[in-house]
Amino acid sequence: MIRPTVALARRALRNALRRPQFLAPLVLFPTLFLAVNVGGLNRTTALPGFPQVDGFLDFQLAAAMTQSLLLGGVSTGIATALEIEGGFFDRLVSSPVPRLALVLGRLVAAAVISAVQIVYFLAVGLIFGASIQGGVAGAAVVLLIGVVAGVGFGAIGQAIALRARSASTVQGIFPIVFVILFVSSAFFPRDLLESPLDVVARYNPLSYISDGMRGPIIEGIEGAAVLEGLAAAALIAVAATAVSIVALRGKLRSA
Amino acid sequence: MIRGLPANLAVVRALVRRALNEISRVPGAAIPGVLAPTIFMLGITSVFGQADRLPGFDADFRAFVVPLGLLQGAGFTGAATGVNLARDIEGGWFDRLLLCPAPRAAVLVGVVASAALRALLPSTFLFAVALAIGVDFPGAGGTAIAFLLVMGLACVMACWSVVIALRFRTQQAAPLMQVASFVAVLFTTSYAPKELLADWLEVVATINPVTLVLEGVRQGFVGDVTWGDTWPALAAMAGLLIALGALAARSMRRYGI
Repeated sequence: MIRPTVALARRALRNALRRPQFLAPLVLFPTLFLAVNVGGLNRTTALPGFPQVDGFLDFQLAAAMTQSLLLGGVSTGIATALEIEGGFFDRLVSSPVPRLALVLGRLVAAAVISAVQIVYFLAVGLIFGASIQGGVAGAAVVLLIGVVAGVGFGAIGQAIALRARSASTVQGIFPIVFVILFVSSAFFPRDLLESPLDVVARYNPLSYISDGMRGPIIEGIEGAAVLEGLAAAALIAVAATAVSIVALRGKLRSA
Repeated sequence: MIRGLPANLAVVRALVRRALNEISRVPGAAIPGVLAPTIFMLGITSVFGQADRLPGFDADFRAFVVPLGLLQGAGFTGAATGVNLARDIEGGWFDRLLLCPAPRAAVLVGVVASAALRALLPSTFLFAVALAIGVDFPGAGGTAIAFLLVMGLACVMACWSVVIALRFRTQQAAPLMQVASFVAVLFTTSYAPKELLADWLEVVATINPVTLVLEGVRQGFVGDVTWGDTWPALAAMAGLLIALGALAARSMRRYGI
C-alpha cells in the first residue's frame, strides 16, 4: 500500500514540475494579490478594532497562503481530470494497484506542494519585512496547518474531478473558490467585515484555517486560534478524503 | 487594408460574429468570465468596505471599487481573446484563416474588435449589480465614458494576448495573458486614493497608464464627470492602443514566415 502510494505521489510531483505553467499560478496570483492588498490597504491597520500587528503584510500572509492552497486544490483536481480524460486513470485502475493508493498518492503530492507553498510565502514575508512572532516553532505550526489544509483542498479537487471527469468542469469551480475565500475572515478581521459577511465568516472553516495560520505570525502560538485552525483543516482533510474515496468507488462502478 | 475597405470590413464583421456566436452557442463557457469580476467586486467591497473610514478616503468604498471590477472584466475578456486565438492555432483553424485572401491587419482588427464587444457582457452585468447594491448611477455621460474605456482596455489586453498567443501558439500560455491584465489593472489606485497607497505602490500607480484609465472610469461614480479627468484617460487609452496594437500587428505580420 505504501509503495504504490509513494510511487504515484512521485509521479504526480514529477508531472507537476514538468508543467510549471500549471504550478506557477498557485503562487504567482496570490503573491500579486498580496502585494496589491498590502500596498493599497496598508493604512487599514489604523482602523479601530484592527488587531495589534507590526504591519498589514503580517496580517495578509495567512490570506495569501489560504488562497494559494485553494488554488492548489483546483490544480490537483485538474491534474486528476486530465488523467481521466487522457485514459491514464483507467489504465491505472486495470493494473494491480490498491484502489486507495490512487486517491492517497495524489494527496501525498498535494501535501508536498502545500509545504512548498507555505515555505514560499513565509520566505516572501520575511524578505519584505514581516515578522513571525511565534519564531521557528510558530512557522512550524503554520506549516502544519497549511499542509493539512492543502491535503483537504486537494481531496476536494480530486473528488470533484472523479465525479465530473472533465478538466474544464474542475476549472469552472475557480470563481467559487474566490467566493468561499471572500466570505471568510482570511483577508480582514472578522469584527471589521461588513454585515452579513461577518456572520457567514463565523461559520466558514476557511476563517479558522486562516486565523490559525495567522495567529503564530502576528501574536505567537496562542492556544485557541491554532487548535481551531488545525481542527478545521483536519476536519476538511478527513471529510474530503472520505468523499474522494466514495467518488472513486462511484467511478469504478460506472467503468 | 484601406484599399478594398468593404471586403476587409466584411472580414472584420465575420470574425466578430464568430466570436459572438461562441457566446450564444456555448453560454456555459462564458459564465465564469461574466461572473468573476462581479464576484471579485462584491468580495472586495464586503471584505474591505471599512477602508472608506480612513482619513483621506473621500468616497463610498463600493462606488470606488466598481471601476476596478469593470476594468477587470475588460482585462479578462482581452485575455480570453488570446486564449481563444491560441485554441484556433492549436486546432489549425487559424492557419486555414490566413490562407484566405484577407489582409492580416483585417484579421487582427476582427479579433480585437470582438474583444471590445464581448467585454460589454461582464461590464453590463457588473454595472447592473453595482446599481442594485446601492451604487449611485454615474449619469449618462459617466456611463458612456466608462463603457468606452472598458471597451478600449479590452482591445488593449486583446492585443497583448494576441502577441502572446502568436508567440507561444498554445493555450498553456494563458497565465501570461491573464497576469498582464491582473497587474495592469490592480497596480493602480484600484483600492484607495493615491495618497493612501504604500510608497512603492504610489510610484507604480503613477507610472502605470492604466491608473489614468481607471480614474476616467471612476469619475462618474465618485463625483462629477469633467474634461480634466476624461482627456488623460482617453490619451492614455490611445497611447496603449497604439503601442500594443503595433506590437500585435508586428506579431501578426511575422506569424508563419
